[in-house]
Amino acid sequence: MAVEFEPMIGRYFMLEVGGKSYRIYMEEAGRGIPLLCLHTAGSDARQFRHILADADITSRFRVMAFDLPWHGKSNPPKDFRNEDYKLTVHGYKAIINAVCSALELESPVVMGCSMGGRIVCHLALENPAYFRAMIALEGADKLEPYYNLDWLYRPDVHGGDVQAAFVSSQVAPTSPDEYRWETLWHYMQGGPGIFKGDLHFYWLDGDFDDRSPQIDTAACPIYLMSGEYDCSCTPEHTLATAQRIRGAKTTIMDGMGHFPMSENPALFKTYLIPVLDEIATIT
Amino acid sequence: MIEEIQRRVNADQALQHRGRWVNLTFVFGIGDDDYLITISAGKITDIRQRHLPTDTGSFSIRASKDSWDKHWQVTPPRDYHDIFAMLPKQIARIDGELLPLMQNLQYFKDIIAKLRDGKGDENGG
Repeated sequence: MAVEFEPMIGRYFMLEVGGKSYRIYMEEAGRGIPLLCLHTAGSDARQFRHILADADITSRFRVMAFDLPWHGKSNPPKDFRNEDYKLTVHGYKAIINAVCSALELESPVVMGCSMGGRIVCHLALENPAYFRAMIALEGADKLEPYYNLDWLYRPDVHGGDVQAAFVSSQVAPTSPDEYRWETLWHYMQGGPGIFKGDLHFYWLDGDFDDRSPQIDTAACPIYLMSGEYDCSCTPEHTLATAQRIRGAKTTIMDGMGHFPMSENPALFKTYLIPVLDEIATIT
Repeated sequence: MIEEIQRRVNADQALQHRGRWVNLTFVFGIGDDDYLITISAGKITDIRQRHLPTDTGSFSIRASKDSWDKHWQVTPPRDYHDIFAMLPKQIARIDGELLPLMQNLQYFKDIIAKLRDGKGDENGG
């Protein structure tokens, strides 16, 4: 019996950014409006497999999801042993811009989750004419740390186990067990210190609340979508961000946690489709 | 009663296996009452109420009775659904030597959530 392949295609390409060379892994499916997906801190693009496999989306959107350098199947730089990984605003923006440029994307939509939901604010302010729209999943322009990052990267605590155990608090209790644990498995597989390095951006370097009022949502519409049970980027954080970004459209997703696309794909679809419908009408 | 945790954890072989490196006593606080929970190779060997100030454990996890009752609801309300959701909202508090907790974090979250069956009020003591 022939196997039934899933519709997404995975490929590698070389990306030059910041004077370094990275072998990047990306998956894509569909045709139409470019929809570039950004995974959460400490995870990888597998989080978007349900979006990539959804014909209701890929019939209209060219969905692309790539693993950031140091994540998933993308390589760290060749001299990675000589540095501690630390994501910065500047570095994160440079990677996304380089990917958009390498793939020659025209008027892409960027949908980022968590730290990906933060960086889209930076991108929308910097280059509103280029992007068709931004979707910030579990995104806020400012968050406060609530645990010491050193717990994530030390020899006497298993990094994968503790990372999964930390973020399991951010999954809704009503999300299907299968997808809860698939989401956590990605965290168990992260490279040493990578989640910690991403949280440097998310908690310490990426604050944007002072610039949120400068975003022109007429030029680049912004959709904020956050889960009821997200204890990291809480509904309150998202609503406060929406207050600062004039014209941002906000959805609080009942029964959802911090990982909508991977922890409860069926429920997320009910929230995402209306947003994509609206974005598809933007001229 | 809180002792129900012992029966449920010790009946769960997979959970005991995940906690096979855990050998310690920790303090579990429900309101003003502290309980000492002793674990050997992932199995709970003793739960007793703390009576003497010199009775203590490696670390403590404490919250009000009302908060634990919410935590133990079948579908807990947001902020009460996980100890690490309760901490940033200052609903729960952890103190002491946190290393063994962090080394086995999901195990400890799972054993405490064992009372999650909608009977938190009667179980929670």
